[in-house]
Amino acid sequence: MKKRLSLVLALMLLVSIIAGCGGGAADNKDDGAAKDAVKVGFIYVGPKDDGGWSEIHDIGRLEMEKNFDGKVTTIIKESVPEEKSEVLSTVRDMVDQGATIIFGTSFGFMEGLAEGAKEFPEVTFMHCSGYTVAENMGTYFGRIYEPRYLSGIVAGMTTKTNKIAYVAANQIPEVVRGINAFSLGVKAVNPEAKVYVAWTNTWYDPVKEKEAAAGLIQQGCDVTAQHQDSVATMEAAKEAEILSIGYDLSAVESMPEVYMTAPLFDFGEYYTQVVQSVMDGTWKSEQYWGGMKDGVVALDTMTDLVPADVQEKVKEEEKKILDGELFVFSGEIKDNKGEVRVEEGQKMTDEEMLSVDWFVDNVVTNK
Amino acid sequence: MKFKQYGVAKRGETSVQLRVLVTLSAIVLALLTASIILLVAKSNPIGVYVGILQGCFGSLYRFSALLEKLVPLLILSLGIVVAFKMNFMNIGAEGQFLMGGVGATLIVRLLPGLPAPVLLPLMAVVAFAFGALWLIPPAFFKSKFETNETLFTLMMNYVATYFVMHLQYERWKDPAASGMPKIANFPENALLPQVQGFHLGIGIAILLVGVVYILMNRTKTGYEIAVLGASENTARYAGMNVHQTILKTAIISGGICGLVGMIQTAGPSGTLSAEITGGLGFTAIIVAWLADLKPVRAAVVSFLFAILIQGGSYIQTAFQIPGSAAAMIQAIILLYILGSEFFLRYRIIKSGKRVEVA
Repeated sequence: MKKRLSLVLALMLLVSIIAGCGGGAADNKDDGAAKDAVKVGFIYVGPKDDGGWSEIHDIGRLEMEKNFDGKVTTIIKESVPEEKSEVLSTVRDMVDQGATIIFGTSFGFMEGLAEGAKEFPEVTFMHCSGYTVAENMGTYFGRIYEPRYLSGIVAGMTTKTNKIAYVAANQIPEVVRGINAFSLGVKAVNPEAKVYVAWTNTWYDPVKEKEAAAGLIQQGCDVTAQHQDSVATMEAAKEAEILSIGYDLSAVESMPEVYMTAPLFDFGEYYTQVVQSVMDGTWKSEQYWGGMKDGVVALDTMTDLVPADVQEKVKEEEKKILDGELFVFSGEIKDNKGEVRVEEGQKMTDEEMLSVDWFVDNVVTNK
Repeated sequence: MKFKQYGVAKRGETSVQLRVLVTLSAIVLALLTASIILLVAKSNPIGVYVGILQGCFGSLYRFSALLEKLVPLLILSLGIVVAFKMNFMNIGAEGQFLMGGVGATLIVRLLPGLPAPVLLPLMAVVAFAFGALWLIPPAFFKSKFETNETLFTLMMNYVATYFVMHLQYERWKDPAASGMPKIANFPENALLPQVQGFHLGIGIAILLVGVVYILMNRTKTGYEIAVLGASENTARYAGMNVHQTILKTAIISGGICGLVGMIQTAGPSGTLSAEITGGLGFTAIIVAWLADLKPVRAAVVSFLFAILIQGGSYIQTAFQIPGSAAAMIQAIILLYILGSEFFLRYRIIKSGKRVEVA
């Protein structure tokens, strides 16, 4: 036993020596690069090629990097759990490696980022979809409920069984708002149809997502929609040979058999603006919530699977939203327990939308 | 296993030269294999390997991050060592870890106003008790009805995970988190004191290595555990109380794993969540096994594992290696080292006859 121990100790010693030598050399290299380029860190909740949420941020990152043409370098960390210590240690790693701007792109990163913002006042933090701000921490998001509503119209007009599947991640206001916007879109064109929601309690877990979708399809749903990061819901739809609405990223190439359209994000322009303003010293902490007219969110070009009359209707409504004629959460809206939540003639305020915890009346959920 | 031409036979003691040879070749082969993946991922393998070490020892912060990864792994493996020594396959460290966290969180919720010097020890005691409680049922059924503890403890993990999820999503959900399923952060007085990123957990871990070493090597209980692990009949003939020893061991093993729940909730995480274990309860089993169930060796092996974990995390950001490739490198190194154990425990023999191996 002693012999084995001494071997391991010797190995460790060797390891530390190499570490000591290697450390110096590479650190110098890091310093050289940091002098002429701003380093921006991105923290993702899933793999950067998840086919959805993390991928759209990564596309935005690459676009931003390209816009700066070498003046900005980026580092990323994939599949970071929504757990404070994990997020905080990722933040520390990134700052340790010279990052001066950090984008965290999942709601559950909020506390870790806020803690990191306290620890590193000289670093700029941007949190997607959260609500905690500090002098050096802002939030940003898109009014995805606008294209969600439009995608609801597509679902409402294409369902034949009047049952629509909606696979949803975590029961937080962001997701509830999405379900409501979608369901209002459905209701606007098809008052008979109901939206059946299954919860996975995870943003990214293709196995669970697919299972949940398959469960809803077995209950008779013939169109699927999702608030999930992967394309697993669409895969379930493909197996059942029904139609599907995606999310975050166009699936026109990966899921041509079922993909009708999807509410999309585009953060490239926004990331460029933020990084530019930090470089110029004009950045100020804010809560950015851009809509369709700002180009941050949009409904994807509808595929041929969407009938012409549906496409026409959606385009009409799209124009109304862009012109400011149509606001998705306008009264009267009843919740699924029969209570009036938004009076006739009233509109939900941003605050009400950001804290919504009830479902509109054509939603079927066990929550 | 039966082989016609080649066979394997158990080795006796192995020489130090052989150990050096086998372990070193395993590491070299692992690094060579991993290099292929790195080349495919368009990275310089040597740069990455140096990076792994830099990520652990390159600065004081990185070293503190390394120790932060070491603490839970080491303590869990100590808990597992105690049970495995008795030939009691405690696969339930995940669950005991989580339940320890539940115990600690319960105390924080019930008595949030206590001063830290009273609150922290109380949390530790309750975490120990909750962890122990989670291992007592499998131990009881094993000693009374000879149930299979491997499956029993494994299943208890899922119960614990879903119980914590229930607390997180329903019962203990923080109303201030606007719908986010999380348990409220511990107040300042319920957090382990820390200096420069090094928190008290490291001290506890080192202390526990000594405690478990003395327990296993210098006490009657440790002797009983070892005898019982080697042969239940021998233990019986020697007049040992088998039931009692099994239960005692379960309390110690589960309790130590439960303590990790307190250290992590009151340490780096600051609250309880179902994500808190990060699968360490399973990794710790490999650590315990590679350490040959020796507490001091467990410290060394945990340290090497922590290097893999922290270094693997560092290279993702430093070299922009995809998370999946970093995980593959870790797994390859592990696979080779585990595989090399085979050559240390068995030798290949060539023979015309059939060879039977136990």
